[in-house]
Amino acid sequence: MENLIALLVAAPLLGAAVLLCGGRRLDAVGHWIGTVLAAVSFVIGVVLFADMLGKGAEEREMAQHLFSWVPVESFQADIAFQLDQLSMTFVLLITGVGSLIHVYSIGYMEHDERRRRFFGYLNLFLAAMLLLVLADNYLLLYVGWEGVGLASYLLIGFWQHKPSAATAAKKAFLVNRVGDMGLSIAIMLMFAWFGTFAFGPVLEATGETSEGKLTAIGLMLLLAACGKSAQVPLQSWLGDAMEGPTPVSALIHAATMVTAGVYLIVRSADIFNAAPDAQLVVTVVGAVTLLFGAIVGCAKDDIKKALAGSTMSQIGYMILAAGLGPIGYVFAIMHLVTHGFFKAGLFLGAGSVMHGMNDEVDMRRYGGLRKYMPITFVTFGLGYLAIIGFPGLSGFFSKDKIIEAAFAKGGTEGWILGSVALLGAAITAYYMTRVMLMTFFGEERWRHAPTPSPAEPSAEPAAETRGEYEVPHPHESPKSMTIPMIVLAFGSVFAGGFFSIGDRFMHWLEPVTGHDHGHAPVSAMTVTLATMVVLVIGAGIAYVQYGRRPVPALAPRGSLLTRAARRDLLQDDFNHVVLVRGGEHLTRSLVYVDHSLVDGVVNGTAASMGGLSGRLRKLQNGYARSYAVSMFGGAAVLIAVTLLMRAV
Amino acid sequence: MSAVAVHSLWTMAADPIEKIDAPKIEYGQLSPTLIVIGAAIIGVLVEAFVPRKSRYYAQVFLSVVALAAAFAAVIGLAAGGYGTTKAKIAAMGAIAVDGPALFLQGTILLAGLLAVFTFAERRLDPVAHGNRVDSFAAQAASVPGSDSEKAAVKAGFTTTEAYPLLLFAVGGMLIFPSANDLLTLFIALEVFSLPLYLLCAVARRKRIMSQEAAVKYFLLGAFASAFTLFGIALLYGYAGSVSYATIAQVVDGSIENVNPALADTMGNDALLLIGAAMVVMGLLFKVGAVPFHMWTPDVYQGAPTPVTGFMAAATKVAAFGALLRLLYVVLPGLRWDWRPVMWAVAIVTMLGGAIVAITQTDIKRLLAYSSIAHAGFILAGVIATTADGVSSVLFYLAAYSFVTIGAFAVVTLVRDAGGEATHLSKWAGLGRRSPLVAAVFAVFLLAFAGIPLTSGFAGKFAVFKAAAEGGAGALVVVGVISSAIAAFFYIRVIVLMFFSEPKPEGPTVAVPSPLTMTAIGVGVAVTLVLGVAPQYFLELAGQAGVFVR
Repeated sequence: MENLIALLVAAPLLGAAVLLCGGRRLDAVGHWIGTVLAAVSFVIGVVLFADMLGKGAEEREMAQHLFSWVPVESFQADIAFQLDQLSMTFVLLITGVGSLIHVYSIGYMEHDERRRRFFGYLNLFLAAMLLLVLADNYLLLYVGWEGVGLASYLLIGFWQHKPSAATAAKKAFLVNRVGDMGLSIAIMLMFAWFGTFAFGPVLEATGETSEGKLTAIGLMLLLAACGKSAQVPLQSWLGDAMEGPTPVSALIHAATMVTAGVYLIVRSADIFNAAPDAQLVVTVVGAVTLLFGAIVGCAKDDIKKALAGSTMSQIGYMILAAGLGPIGYVFAIMHLVTHGFFKAGLFLGAGSVMHGMNDEVDMRRYGGLRKYMPITFVTFGLGYLAIIGFPGLSGFFSKDKIIEAAFAKGGTEGWILGSVALLGAAITAYYMTRVMLMTFFGEERWRHAPTPSPAEPSAEPAAETRGEYEVPHPHESPKSMTIPMIVLAFGSVFAGGFFSIGDRFMHWLEPVTGHDHGHAPVSAMTVTLATMVVLVIGAGIAYVQYGRRPVPALAPRGSLLTRAARRDLLQDDFNHVVLVRGGEHLTRSLVYVDHSLVDGVVNGTAASMGGLSGRLRKLQNGYARSYAVSMFGGAAVLIAVTLLMRAV
Repeated sequence: MSAVAVHSLWTMAADPIEKIDAPKIEYGQLSPTLIVIGAAIIGVLVEAFVPRKSRYYAQVFLSVVALAAAFAAVIGLAAGGYGTTKAKIAAMGAIAVDGPALFLQGTILLAGLLAVFTFAERRLDPVAHGNRVDSFAAQAASVPGSDSEKAAVKAGFTTTEAYPLLLFAVGGMLIFPSANDLLTLFIALEVFSLPLYLLCAVARRKRIMSQEAAVKYFLLGAFASAFTLFGIALLYGYAGSVSYATIAQVVDGSIENVNPALADTMGNDALLLIGAAMVVMGLLFKVGAVPFHMWTPDVYQGAPTPVTGFMAAATKVAAFGALLRLLYVVLPGLRWDWRPVMWAVAIVTMLGGAIVAITQTDIKRLLAYSSIAHAGFILAGVIATTADGVSSVLFYLAAYSFVTIGAFAVVTLVRDAGGEATHLSKWAGLGRRSPLVAAVFAVFLLAFAGIPLTSGFAGKFAVFKAAAEGGAGALVVVGVISSAIAAFFYIRVIVLMFFSEPKPEGPTVAVPSPLTMTAIGVGVAVTLVLGVAPQYFLELAGQAGVFVR
């Protein structure tokens, strides 16, 4: 059975190789090759899963050692896989959602002439992501980590003819490099302190290591997680990443890759358990990001960017839960899986809307679409209910557990974290209701050409715009797109209940992550009720603002907070002022030092050497007699010094 | 008086004298030298008896065959274990046959062989009066510019004596590093020096300069030889013997059978120190170490370029071989006396060569100063006084000699109306016109500069490593600084060739015959092979690094 593990990675990797090297002749069938190989990987995953279910909880972990890459003394870089319940969960999520999104992309990318290449990149992503979650050591995980980063870069910039897409890809890449440095430093520290980077020995060694060292490693791992999972302060790339095709946003930037940070932290549970300071930082990062993302999501008019803010916020929940330690690990992963379903579904829904609306992304240009796209409306609606935590749907179970766990952390911390999580739930209900109402309800604003905004008098003259305006004909998307949406909607509805009833998911994952109930200061029922109340309040405010009143087709100026949130809470301005300007100043001063000091010394040396050379050269005057004198003098000195050395 | 009585008188007179054993000569082990010297003598006979038209072919053939056969003999001896287990002192104690001797003899023979190829090149100079001509004067004895010179040129003469001279020089060089007593050392020195003085004088073009170079070389060489000879006399006075082994025993006090005369002198360290310093000075003159280097630029510039290449490569190999044997076999007991002085010499040689080279404008003078700097680098390895020091020097010499011959061979290709265009300004933009030649020259320059993946790097690394391990760390620092200075002018030539605009009336690159192409090609190949995969050759030099005593 364990020999199948490598095939999980090999199938999509083969697909990527064939599609990217195959050239034009595969254009006609490329998307099928990619989809079939993704499905093959999923089937293998299911087979392994069935096998795993047949074993006792403690015997489920499997390992496959392929080969040793560079065996040098104690430096053992093994290409080896480990499949336990945690990895299995990810394998099913990645290959399952991945396969659905491959199917969806067949329809979505139908008119793109580079569709084969797109599927090649998608397969490459699957292979790298599977490598990431199957690796049995941090170094191989790092390979997968960089691999998904590469795939993400290629796919964000897939429409590279758009400068915005190229820039967004570059931005994602650069910001991720910062996080990647964290991971590489963490791995180096592990090797320096433990002499190994395989999961088993490293995590065992945590028992005998000082807390300071573990905190250092933990913080570096957190930095890595922040980069990959778009957590504050490395969150700025995710919104721009929406420049990529929508299936990419659904798969990579919602369901799977961005959750790699959560995986990393849960996988390194023993390190964080023994380093409470690092854990605290993790929870703070999670809490801050969940509010940050939610606030940004409230102000965006671009449907994908609103969803991106939501993704950031939901991953904030997961990171928060992961930071809570054994109380939260299981719920972090559970929310990760349910979020994988409903957020992928929401993105696919958004893609379907854009598909029917001439690629318009501005929700103020939508409205009343439920009549035209019934399937999209229903599936999107179910995803919406799931994410806001409507009782009985997936998000209700998973998010509620995180909020409970946050309170169960105990002490002041628990109260603060729990309240933040609760507040986040209210904001989630608000912005998602807003998205829902602006898109599917209300006036059909797309029938009229956009008028210039009073807030932006410098916009283009209205007449010109109106002249070119083409009224879209909203329509339902083809089956290849709607079927994945329907499947994901099933997941959005039932996954949470399936996992939670009888604590199935907890028992499944507990052997890997451990579980602790904590000391809840309030009963679970109270928390659930409170969640319901804030949900109603959040959704109610949104309904009052966007359901009862007409939505302006152009964004009003808005309050200071709204404007800041539209600019992603000034994250780019902050980065620009602090990092870019700072970097420029540093560069300039270094250049100055280089020119004045370093070059001065270098040129001065060169000039003095040249001068010396010119002077010494005069000794070579061409007269044999002076050469002989030089020799005679040299011999005299030679003899004198030899005698002198003896005398001394 | 009858014949019988006379005879008995003779025999009667002879009787009281002890019987003399005929000297036992190991012809097999001396065969490389004997082959070369023998071929040189045949070469003289060729000059006397073979018609002028055929002499060129006969001489080239003879030289190539002799050098190749001698090289084969060296390989045979080395394969037979004479470099390691069977190493011994031959010819009644006059010649050592051991690892360093065989390694250096092999290097010298290969350098000589490549030099013969460049000597024999006849396609570079324009055809004169229907005759192909080489780098050598039509008639060396004729006064430059005189009628007799013109007549000789018209008759299509050439100095085919160059080949036997080369063979004699090679023969002397083969003995020089294997000489095991001071007299043999001196004879070998003269045997290879005198032909070189002559060869320097026989350039076909710029003959006045060539003759001036030869006279300078001869005068200064004679001056240096006088020092050496005087030093030998002092050492003999000190130890009562010219044999390396005996002197070494006297120096470290392990000599037995001290006779009264020796007992008188062996305590006199002034004799020893002054004598040793003077002999060493003579050798330093030959390697071109500062301050005995002044002849180098003038002679390198004035001599015919093929001769310069040969001289720069082979003389250095032979002289460093002799220096190594002298310091390691004769004077190891004096190590603490000669090391500080050699330190100083190495430092001024490295720095002096590198610094003065910066402002040179003639490519041959530039290479001359470069060779001075390289002599300094090799001295750093010599000073290590370890087995690694010996093997690193052997490796460096082998690497350096091929680069040098190749580089000077390239210099012969770049020509204008006045012959070789050696002024650097003429080389501007050569890379545009003749990318291949410029690229090959760039490879040699990079090797001189010691850039990785060339033999120069491997050699420099080996000697610096040996020097550092031998306790000469400061020397390595100076060496690296000098290398950095030296890199400047090597790279400058590359920049000049590839990144400057070609001059409108710049030189042309002549297409050589396969002979020069072989010399250059072998040079490039050895440079790259020793640079990319030096391990085998380093090990070879390592095995060869033990002197027989």
